[in-house]
Formats: sequence, C-alpha cells, structure tokens
Amino acid sequence: MKTTQILIAGFGGQGILFAGKFLAYKGLLEDLQVSWLPSYGPEMRGGTANCNVILSDDPVGSPIITSPDVLIVMNLPSLQKYVDTVVPGGQIYVDSTLISEKVERTDVKVYYIPATQMANDAGVPTLANMVMMGHVLKNNPELTFDGTEATVQKLVPPAKAQLVELNMKALQAGRDYQ
Amino acid sequence: MAERVLMKGNEAIAEAAIRAGCRHYFGYPITPQTEIAAYMAKKMPKIGGVFLQAESEIASINMVYGAAAAGMRVMTSSSSPGISLKGEGLSYIAGSDVPAFVVNVQRGGPGLGGIQPSQSDYFQATKGGGHGDYRMIVLAPASVQEMASLTVKGFNLADKYLMTAMILADGTIGQMMEPITFEDVEVETYDKPWALTGTKMQRKHNIVNSLYLKPDELERKNFERYERYKTVEENEVMVEEYMMEDAEVCVVAFGIASRVAKNAVVQARKEGVKVGLIRPITLWPFPKKVLRQAAERVKSFVCVELNMGQMIEDVRLAIECSRPVSLCNRTGGMIPDPDQVLASIREAQKGVN
Repeated sequence: MKTTQILIAGFGGQGILFAGKFLAYKGLLEDLQVSWLPSYGPEMRGGTANCNVILSDDPVGSPIITSPDVLIVMNLPSLQKYVDTVVPGGQIYVDSTLISEKVERTDVKVYYIPATQMANDAGVPTLANMVMMGHVLKNNPELTFDGTEATVQKLVPPAKAQLVELNMKALQAGRDYQ
Repeated sequence: MAERVLMKGNEAIAEAAIRAGCRHYFGYPITPQTEIAAYMAKKMPKIGGVFLQAESEIASINMVYGAAAAGMRVMTSSSSPGISLKGEGLSYIAGSDVPAFVVNVQRGGPGLGGIQPSQSDYFQATKGGGHGDYRMIVLAPASVQEMASLTVKGFNLADKYLMTAMILADGTIGQMMEPITFEDVEVETYDKPWALTGTKMQRKHNIVNSLYLKPDELERKNFERYERYKTVEENEVMVEEYMMEDAEVCVVAFGIASRVAKNAVVQARKEGVKVGLIRPITLWPFPKKVLRQAAERVKSFVCVELNMGQMIEDVRLAIECSRPVSLCNRTGGMIPDPDQVLASIREAQKGVN
C-alpha cells in the first residue's frame, strides 16, 4: 500500500496543470488510483498556479494535499510557500534557472534542475515543465519511464501530434540530467 | 470492464447527462461549473441536442421549465449566486410537477461571495430556495464517479417522481479529475402522458401550470404532492456507512467534506479511537433512520461541513438530540484539513469516556 502526494506549483502559463495531468495519466495507465486537483480562480488568470496530484494503490481519500511527499516548484514564491509543508524524507524539485535560492532543510532530498535553461537549449522553450517531470520520473522508480510516450499521446490532441515528439524530447532531457 | 478515463467532475456530469438522454441544456456561465456548459456547447450540436447560453440565470431556468413541460430530459447548471436567481423558476417547476435536473457546484457565500469550494447552500437546496411548500431531491456526490452516476440517477428520479433533482456539489469535486467508467449507466424511461407535445387533434389539451386560485384546489395539490414526497422519503434514501460496526463516535459529512473526514477516521482508528462515518448521499431525503439507529449505538456525533453548520440541524433532528453533536467546519472557500477533523474526533471521544 503506497500513496504519493505530489504538489506542483509555479506561475500561470508554465504548464503546471499540464505537468500534473501528465503524472495523473501516467498513474492511470499504470492502473493506480489517481486524483488531480487544480487551483482555479484568480491565480489562474496570471498569478500563481498549483496542482495536487495523488497516486495510490488504494482509493484516494481527500484530494487536497497539505503535506506533500513530492514538491515541484517553478518559481520562488512557490518554494517559499510550500517548502516547510513537505514531509520529512520527501523530495523537492527546484527549477534552478528561475530559483537561485537553496533549500535549507536537511531532512528532504532536493534536486536542482536548470529546467528552463535546458528547455531553451533543447529548442523546446515552453516545456521546462516536462523537463522537470522527466527528472521526477527518474527518481521515482515506481512511475518508470516506460509508457511515457503513451501517456503523452493521451494528453496531446490528435490535431497536434507533432507535440508528442517535443514533449518526449523535454522529458528525456530531464531524465538524463545528472 | 469499461475503460477508465480521467475526467473533471464537471465534465463527468455533462457526459453522464448526455448518456442519460438529456438533449437540452440551458445555462449561464459562472465559476466553478463553467466546464459543464463548455462540454455541452461542444457536444450537443453533434448529437442533435440543444445548447443554449441564455441571457441570464432566470431565463435559463424558465427555458428548463418549458422543455420539461414538453416532456424533454433537460438540465441547467450554475453555482451558488446563480442558483439563487433560479429560485423562482425552481418553485414554478415544483408547482407544475414537471421533472427537471439542476446542478449547483457551490462556491463560498453569501452574496457574490468567492469562487472557492463551499457547502453553504445546504439550507437552500434542502429546505426550499424558492417560495412555497415543495421539495427537491438533493444528491451529494463525493467523487467524480459519483458526479456521473448521481447525474443519471437524478434524471431517473426526476422523471419518476415529477420533481427537480439537484446535484449539490462543490468547486473541488467540480474541478478535480479522477478516473471514471461509464459502465453503470442505467437509463430508465417513463411515459409522460401529461407532456405538452401537441394534441394532433386526437386528445384533450394538456395543461402545465402552477396557478391555482381556489384555495381548496391548491391545498389538494399540495397534499397530493406531499404524498409523493413521502414515497420518495420511504424509497430513495442513499447513504454510505464506513467503519460504523463498533463505532462510539460517528462523523457525519457529505461531498468533499466526507473525503477529508474519511482520512481523519482512518487516522483516528490507527490511534485506537472507535470512530466511523455516515455519509448522506441523498441530502433530501435525509437518512434519518440510519442516523437514528446509529444514535442507539454511538455516544457522540461530529458534523463536518464547509459552512457555518447547516446539516448539523438535520442530524440533531434525526437523532432527536439524544446525543451530543459537535461541529467541525471551515467556510468561505476554506477546507478543513484532516488534522482539524481528527482533533474534533478526539474531543468527541473524550466525552465518551
């Protein structure tokens, strides 16, 4: 019995909700129980956005996350807001292109990924979110990288099939980052 | 097994409504339920249905009234302030004994309030909202799957009892995505000999109306209607009981609050507290009997609600105040975390010992 609570946060427009959808679909295809809860409202209209994703072997209880096992942040206000909510032993993923601050906590695993820079370098500047996701998959073996392409295909409308390849490029860059 | 698909709660309602045979949607946009209208706008034209964005909530509920009188499966959806505007139409629909399906994805109130999740329209949904003696069947989903299944159920019940069935959801369940399947869709169809479908010169005119100027006639109508409501109360109560077998403390919660409460119940059980959960799925008819029976076994109740304490009144009435009932609540768009509920459970347990 395992439940992983994942909180993704950043600015509106960074693909925070899309990244969450990616993880939710990944869980769905792996026959896990999942829930995906977006922020909605004023923050969606240009401010901060966040997204709660729960992946579990058992039916999901409350979809609202107060103490995430995994925190993924793509701007400084989000890191400051949520850093202390992560459970001891949890993981924090920081887009280090956009956040220069370091995490002071020593009871969590912190991964710094220059995702925005990497996405730019890879020619997919809007997909820093997926670079982050690639690195999350790498460090969470239960999610495995297998089946990633099938997941992306679920997310991308058929009319925009060319985006599958670009998303895969970003995900692979994140996975391969050392 | 049918495929599991990920859907938002709002989209699940729309898809389920279409599968239930709804071909007429009238609405006016409002957060956090606009996905229902968006889904209908996309789908209805492709299946020969009608999607119409009315000029106001009042117009849309009266369009529902009209389509319902013509015997169509019809719906509207809105959020708290919008439902207030629909109150008059809901009363007319009740007074005319036509079936309608209405969704309220609640947000914080009163007034224009906020747009975050809330359960503060419990009174409005279960006690009236519009004027006059009437009831609505009120269904409270706690998952995306139930958003779909209770939508189908709502259409069936509305047709069966010639009244409005309302889904009382909240912004969280409307906005969240969970996997669902549509395998359990069971559409019941009912003859509607009263519907305004044109006489074709072969029968007498049908009349759908809520005006009865003779008081004895109006009284008789009301008596008849309440006989029907009594049947609903006897036959249509839906409730979930969780870990109630040996419970000394009983948490009562519906919708999203029940999900949070369930987490707290699981946690409290780990601490050795004998606690269970009763989740009303129909808020009207309210599961009075189940609560009354629980009161014979448990020592204390905790009501968890996203409002200032509304369902708690029905809990107290159901158990005839035979046990203490405490309130654990947040309001205005805030949601209690499981720790707050856990603290309330511990507090209730103290009273037991």
